[in-house]
Amino acid sequence: MGRYLLRRLVTLSITLLGIMVMTFFISLVVPMDPLAALAGPQAPQETVERLRALYGFDQPIYVQFGRYANRLLHGDLGVSFQTSRPVFQDILKFFPATLELATVAIIVGVALGIPLGVLSAVYRNSLLDQFCRVLSLVGVSVPIFWLGLVLLLVFYFKLGWLPEPGRLDIMLLEPERITGVLLIDSVIAREWEVFFNALRHLIMPASALGLFALAGIARIVRSSMLDVLSQEYVKTARIKGLGEFLVITRHALRNALVPTVTVIGLTYGGLLEGSVLTETIFSWPGLGRYMANAFLTLDLNTIVGGTMLVALSYCLVNLLVDLLYAFLNPKITYTSS
Amino acid sequence: MRVVDELLLDVRDLKVEFHTLHVVVHALQGVSFQLRRRETLGLAGETGCGKSVTALAILRLINRPGRISHGQVLFEGRDLLALSEPDMRELRGSQISMIMQEPKMSLNPVIRAGDQVAETLLIHDRSLTRRTAKARAVEMLASLGIPDAPRMAGRYPHELSGGMAQRIMIAMMLVTRPKLLIADEPTSALDVTIQAQILEVMKALIREINTAVLLITHDLGVMAETCDRVAVMYTGSVVEIGPVRVVLKNPQHPYTQGLLKTIPNNVAPDQPLFSIRGQVPSLLQPPTACAFAPRCDRAEERCRVEIPPRYVLEEGHHVACFLHQGRPEVGALPEPLTERG
Amino acid sequence: MSAKPATLALDVTEARRRRAEARWRYLKDTYVLWRRNRLMVLGTCIILSLILVAALAPLLATYNPYEQVLGDRLLPPSTQHFFGMDSLGRDIYSRVVYGARVTLTIAFLVAAISTPLGMLIGILAGYLGGMVDEVLMRVADVFLAFPRLILAIAFAAALGPGVENAIIAIAVAHWPSYARLARAETLNVRNNDYIQATRALGAGKVRIMAGYIAPMTLSSIIVRMSLDMGTIILTAAGLGFLGLGAQPPMPEWGLMVSDGRQFLVDQWWVSTLPGLAILVVVMGFNLLGDGIRDVLDPHQRQA
Repeated sequence: MGRYLLRRLVTLSITLLGIMVMTFFISLVVPMDPLAALAGPQAPQETVERLRALYGFDQPIYVQFGRYANRLLHGDLGVSFQTSRPVFQDILKFFPATLELATVAIIVGVALGIPLGVLSAVYRNSLLDQFCRVLSLVGVSVPIFWLGLVLLLVFYFKLGWLPEPGRLDIMLLEPERITGVLLIDSVIAREWEVFFNALRHLIMPASALGLFALAGIARIVRSSMLDVLSQEYVKTARIKGLGEFLVITRHALRNALVPTVTVIGLTYGGLLEGSVLTETIFSWPGLGRYMANAFLTLDLNTIVGGTMLVALSYCLVNLLVDLLYAFLNPKITYTSS
Repeated sequence: MRVVDELLLDVRDLKVEFHTLHVVVHALQGVSFQLRRRETLGLAGETGCGKSVTALAILRLINRPGRISHGQVLFEGRDLLALSEPDMRELRGSQISMIMQEPKMSLNPVIRAGDQVAETLLIHDRSLTRRTAKARAVEMLASLGIPDAPRMAGRYPHELSGGMAQRIMIAMMLVTRPKLLIADEPTSALDVTIQAQILEVMKALIREINTAVLLITHDLGVMAETCDRVAVMYTGSVVEIGPVRVVLKNPQHPYTQGLLKTIPNNVAPDQPLFSIRGQVPSLLQPPTACAFAPRCDRAEERCRVEIPPRYVLEEGHHVACFLHQGRPEVGALPEPLTERG
Repeated sequence: MSAKPATLALDVTEARRRRAEARWRYLKDTYVLWRRNRLMVLGTCIILSLILVAALAPLLATYNPYEQVLGDRLLPPSTQHFFGMDSLGRDIYSRVVYGARVTLTIAFLVAAISTPLGMLIGILAGYLGGMVDEVLMRVADVFLAFPRLILAIAFAAALGPGVENAIIAIAVAHWPSYARLARAETLNVRNNDYIQATRALGAGKVRIMAGYIAPMTLSSIIVRMSLDMGTIILTAAGLGFLGLGAQPPMPEWGLMVSDGRQFLVDQWWVSTLPGLAILVVVMGFNLLGDGIRDVLDPHQRQA
């Protein structure tokens, strides 16, 4: 296990290097001159040139990359053109909101998706199965920004059951920031009103993202359960006299979870993508909205820094998922490739 | 002379159908046989004649699209087909067990071998602790000749050889000392050298536990070695049944005779190998006549229009063939059989 | 003795007849499976409708999608304007109809760029092996380290707004998965007897890769592509929504949803209906993709 982990970490660092190159490359590809945009349309050419020298954009590429890499390794992601604050600081500020949203969405996806997938497979072609399949199909096909808008329209504007976009009612103050995750911080500070309010605000965005997660997970659970249920060892479990529930959970599901785990990793990537769109709609002050703004205003440092961090977290999650997969599947030996 | 044990399993006119999209397959067309305690009955026949379906029917593990449409399976006097599912589940694994052909596929790949053996114990004895069950499992493995049993118990199925995996299966199914063991081609998937070992191990354990065995196999040699009696199946029904020496030395049904002739043991080097002419009939029609008639050299008119009943040749040796008409028929069954809904 | 050649000739014709019959049976089975799978039929119908709508747009649209009648802005759906009017007084129904062209064009172009590119790189990596493989796969890995939409957004942002840049951006984000797939398939068939025989006959590398290996990898690539189509369209719509893809006044569905955002409360039709179009089309592609996968999966055929 240790050797496998080591190998993966080495691959990870090479990939990280590649990510750095890639994001740097992205910033080069920009045809517009962000400095000209920063300086403003009225600024004379020499101001732009001075800015260029200031930010070091007049140096040859490899020097720029070298300085960029150097700064990165020191945790310096530059200053955001938008907010004039260090990008790193901004990311730390906005990340917990996205984490909160993504985590709730994944919990919804897993908690509902797995049982639905199992039931779908066990009662194949029943009404429940058809319903689940349709639901999964819709969940995977729906444009998430549209779903968010529809949810807002119906549940907030028309029915008024769920609160306005944002994390909290405007009236309420955020509790003291310990983790940045409102649900946790409010519990720590014992501000129950805040807790429930935050929870209510989470419902719509988390549902939109959660539907997507649920659909993907239910699909893979259903398909791998169908595979597993036709295997001999399931028959063996029944011959032993095991009750059907345990046959399905202890024997079948345990095997079906193995490929499911990798899908959960991919789903996390999907959630990161979805958050960019969902947060925009629900005015959620998270990383996604921050990045969306950065893309629109060509805030280069943010684009580069943020994209890199997203890629990094995606890599880490996939690494964790691979480790979990190896743990769950005893057929994987850590020395083989 | 051996004292005859009491009747353990009495299968009466068992019929199973499979309702597929277009056709109905009559997999079992009236299977009847009896098995006594501590007796080993071999169930012989070619692939597709219904041996495995019989085994599954006894355990009531025939699922959609299959259906047990007729018959009774009396185990210790109780009709298994009339039991509720929870009652049936109590019997499975504790009183009636089954080991199957491909041991590595029949073991759960993500659970350790020892735990799988222990599970059978834990299912049927709620009072056992996990530790005790695991210890008993390891004991069982050791008694099956598995070296270094504690370590083997910690292995996963894919880490085991075929022979080892089959021993685990045997342990898993016999650890509860069931009264009836169904063995569906237990050695067919193993190397020849391992086959003999496994058979020995099985026989020893069976003797020790006093289990009755229904041994399903197409290998007549294995049958001769291990069985007390033999039932020959053809196209979903039993055509001949009797003590193993009698049936193998002096087969009375044309099919059995043909089957024995196909064994290449005593054929001179330049003689062609024998095969029964014709082909196994399809199972799509319910039986109306003797199923073997189209391939039988001695078939008569009656064979093509009527289903032959079972005639008693001597104590325990029955044949379902009109060649023996005139002999006493196997007695009318005591209770009227009800059609299954 | 003279009987032999005649029987030989008969055998060849017989063999050919049997092969043709087998091929016909394969097609018939495929058709039967297609019909049995109602969902796939539905998917195919949706896609065919999309293609028809796109092709016949001038006939189906009731108004000019770019024409603005400012006096009629934000009218609700009616018999005159089936989907209502948007904020610039344009008929939404007509824009949705013409939007089918945009969507189809984007999807097609992305596929046309990323699939050959991915196949090329994948087959090269798989067949040539060694350093080429390492380098190409590391590059693909780096691309795959990013969630696809984020990568597409980043490139689209960098390249600047516009539909052409969006297409390039999405293609850039998608080629690595095809490359990996092509490489895996190439590794599978590389040492086939068939390929080895071709090599023994003196065929050069390029000829083998292009003429033999490429067709062999084609079927999995096609399955993958049909499954991906939905995602591609969603990505394009997402880019449109964010303002990074198609630009006004182009009738792209994602862009239309974004346009209607500020009017959501009272004029729901501006955002909702184009989004519904996206949903239906993506569902159609997903159904079709699932169906293709089921049909090509040998397990299903035995049923």
